[in-house]
Amino acid sequence: MDLDALAGCLSSSACLVTQTTSGLIIGMLLFLVAVGLTLIFGVLKIVNFSHGAFYMFGAYFAMTAYQFTGSFALAMLAGAAGTGILGLVFERVFMSRVYGADVLMQLLVCYAFVLIFDDVVRLIWGPEFKSMGMPAAFQVMPLFVAGGVVPPYYLLLIGVALVAAIVLGIGLSRSRIGKVIRAAAHNPGMVSALGINTGLIYGGVFALGGMLAGLAGALAAPVRSLTPGMGFSVLIESFIVTVIGGMGSILGALIGALLLGLIRSFGSQGFPLFTEGLMYLFMVIVLVSKPTGLFGKEAA
Amino acid sequence: MTELEAGRAERLPVRNGAVLQRYRDVLIALIAFAVLASLPMFTGSKALLDFVIRCSAYGLFATSLNLLVGYTGLISFGHGMFFGLGAYGYGLIMQRLGVPIPVAFVATLAITAVVATVIGAICVRLKEIYFAFVTLAFQMLIHSTILSWASFTGGDQGLRGGIPRPVFLGIDLANHVHLYVASCALLILGLLAMRQIAQSPFGYTLRMIRDNAARASFLGIDVWRAKLTVFVLAALFASMGGMVMALFVSGAYPEFAYWTISGEGIFINMLGGVSTFLGPMVGTVLLLLLNDTVTRFTEYHGIVLGVVILFFALGLRKGLLDFVADWFAHRRGAGEGR
Repeated sequence: MDLDALAGCLSSSACLVTQTTSGLIIGMLLFLVAVGLTLIFGVLKIVNFSHGAFYMFGAYFAMTAYQFTGSFALAMLAGAAGTGILGLVFERVFMSRVYGADVLMQLLVCYAFVLIFDDVVRLIWGPEFKSMGMPAAFQVMPLFVAGGVVPPYYLLLIGVALVAAIVLGIGLSRSRIGKVIRAAAHNPGMVSALGINTGLIYGGVFALGGMLAGLAGALAAPVRSLTPGMGFSVLIESFIVTVIGGMGSILGALIGALLLGLIRSFGSQGFPLFTEGLMYLFMVIVLVSKPTGLFGKEAA
Repeated sequence: MTELEAGRAERLPVRNGAVLQRYRDVLIALIAFAVLASLPMFTGSKALLDFVIRCSAYGLFATSLNLLVGYTGLISFGHGMFFGLGAYGYGLIMQRLGVPIPVAFVATLAITAVVATVIGAICVRLKEIYFAFVTLAFQMLIHSTILSWASFTGGDQGLRGGIPRPVFLGIDLANHVHLYVASCALLILGLLAMRQIAQSPFGYTLRMIRDNAARASFLGIDVWRAKLTVFVLAALFASMGGMVMALFVSGAYPEFAYWTISGEGIFINMLGGVSTFLGPMVGTVLLLLLNDTVTRFTEYHGIVLGVVILFFALGLRKGLLDFVADWFAHRRGAGEGR
């Protein structure tokens, strides 16, 4: 424990800016993964334990696309689109078979794919650490805000995640498709009786969730190292986010992710070894005081 | 369920039935122990004995998890914390205090009971998926504590330097055969005790809570208390499994308290089946066999293991022993029909 370091950081504006931006980065990436998780849970009522694999695939797809084309935009597109298609296939071929089954069976199928996907990545890209490298466009001087360092890439990352959050939020609440999705979450039998293909909606939501996780992976590729199994810690953390924010709530995922990101970045100052412990402690506190999460609705 | 009906029919008209079954269980346990304990006389294979010891550790852990998952319907994702607690508790007591092994054993169980009561009192209030999450959070909290409290627990290196194994009443656990027989004895004793719990009136209360908690509550059962009791009991046996593991590897490592241990426990239960008492034991042997053989043949054992899991989840749709039990029941039913 190093409370002096924490106090010192909180009183210096440079450290405050640096830690806040790094917290925001962690939070935004987590949000993109967690929002997919929470969407899939909200509509399909499935806890997608293999969600971290989509994050991992997003990063690897982006890296490969970047190596071949040299275009950062294409890399992002490859990451998002590739995992979107993967999500659709995964849901239609495998997950759709266990909808009526026990929760444990669903988890088991996901667990199987966590193992398989990790090995597939090892098979294709090799077991060693990889790095995509920062695109040339962002290899510029970092910005200095109140003495703190803010790399321009971070701004792009936060911007993209924010846009995704806004589009999702408005899309779900205003657009026709959004309404159908919410209706399917509420009462799939009725939606299906009204002549809407719920299977397609389920597949679409899963693909969307996978796409968001893939986008997060692609965005993270230039700043994190790539390794098989990289999805795992992200998965656990985004679970914490969805639980804290409330399963099924998009706003909850955003708030939860930002809180967790800040806890991580400032916690690493005050409690360098116990940063992870802090997150779990926070989760326990939220769960015990409000089991449905900060923004979750009472179970119907 | 059928098991519930069977138990009720057995208890009301003929009380002797329950006693008879207890004798039968003890007899089976004695035979199983005799067979296991005589194994070293027939084979000198150290690998086989090691395998059985590992099965004991994981088997105790997985069967205790089944008390929660299968009998009470409490899906715990953090049961592995008690496995880790057992291993660390035992290792630390032996390393620091140098007491006889049984004393350390009982002391560790006592510590586990206290910790499990505190954690359980918080967790069992929550339902279904939230119970799973909060147990997972506690598991990771304990794991982080082990990692960060390096001066006490050895941090990410684990408890190294070996755990002393002083001779007690002529039992020398540094001797491989002694260690083997002791592990088997612990396994059989643990299984027998858990079987008694599962078949007791309390065990049937748990099944009722699983099937209809509201009804149990109307009948005057304190659901919270029953859940807490089984949570603590299951923790004790998981801790026993952890101690067997610590005895075997003569150390304790943070992985013992990591959530993957809980994941493996759930996996073992699914593999073997949760509707029979011995399902988790079958699952343990299956998983360890699978792990050992697959890692020998390929470095991509994740793919193989994953495909096997998919076969169980999408093909059989239940654990192996569940499948066999259903098959037998089906056959018997068909036979009576004729």
